[in-house]
Amino acid sequence: MNLMQLFRSSRKEDNSAAIAKERLQIIVAHERNSRSGRDFLPAMERDILQVIQKYIEIQQECIDIKLDSQDGCSILEVNVQLPN
Amino acid sequence: MARIIVVTSGKGGVGKTTTSSSIATGLALKGHRTVVIDFDVGLRNLDLLMGCERRVVYDFVNVINGEAELHQALIRDKRTENLSILPASQTRDKEALTHEGVEKVLNQLAKDFEYIICDSPAGIEHGALMALYFADEAIITTNPEVSSVRDSDRILGILQSKSRRAVENLEPVKEHLLVTRYNPDRVTRGEMLNIQDVEEILAIPLIGVIPESTSVLKASNQGVPVVCNTESDAGQAYNDVVARFLGEDIPHRFLEPAKKGFLQRMFGGIG
Repeated sequence: MNLMQLFRSSRKEDNSAAIAKERLQIIVAHERNSRSGRDFLPAMERDILQVIQKYIEIQQECIDIKLDSQDGCSILEVNVQLPN
Repeated sequence: MARIIVVTSGKGGVGKTTTSSSIATGLALKGHRTVVIDFDVGLRNLDLLMGCERRVVYDFVNVINGEAELHQALIRDKRTENLSILPASQTRDKEALTHEGVEKVLNQLAKDFEYIICDSPAGIEHGALMALYFADEAIITTNPEVSSVRDSDRILGILQSKSRRAVENLEPVKEHLLVTRYNPDRVTRGEMLNIQDVEEILAIPLIGVIPESTSVLKASNQGVPVVCNTESDAGQAYNDVVARFLGEDIPHRFLEPAKKGFLQRMFGGIG
């Protein structure tokens, strides 16, 4: 800390390195996912939809599939909105 | 058995050629027979940093095309024993590097040298893919800056999927992270990613940190690899990298701001 720094504001946005780290963690995780063979998701979504449609009438937009990884553990999230 | 080491980064201007020239020179200074190859066909610069630009007669592409013998194209370094340079062609395009051609030259070099350093061009096009394809080890040169870190991660993905070792299901390419142009003062002020941040994001072992240094430009001005300037911080840092590469366990240096005098501490740099 020198005298010049005393006069500088110490608002959070001054710590741009922290912002850089946060942005990088998000984009790098996203890009790693897309290159690690996760491109089967749309096809799987179609298959699951067909199985459900055999029993219940639902539309394509009623199904939502996500693949996330947290702390080295992958989570497959399938959300189906059933008609009333 | 010769080791093939690619110096790569994805992004341009982060210090690949500076690193290639210094690591090759450092290995040769330690007595290892070393050759450094410029893969940047069309934009060669390794010859300039090595100070042998006026001695280039034949180049890598000439050898691949059978227009010259390998020994005619190799330039023996004048300062350092055990060190040779294979320059890139300035007139062809990168497609001139074929798998078969590059493999043939590498196999021939492997008979005479212990270490083959491949200086990759920037980008992820043909020249960069050729430079990394045959690698046993990779030095990922990264600046503590968002675009460089992202591109390094991209190159890591390519090493893990498109290198010979990946394609042939062999033991993976050994990856080393080299952070260059590190400025501890700016890190302290929260203006630059710190080493732990970069290590955490890229998740590969750190082989060294080269501080941002005026000696790097001076070295390229003079055509003498910065590793030869043992007075300078960057030169010492490259020497450490070479020693670590050869298996020595040396703590990292130049991670903290240099100690300042009383007046500097009071008034600091402005800005």
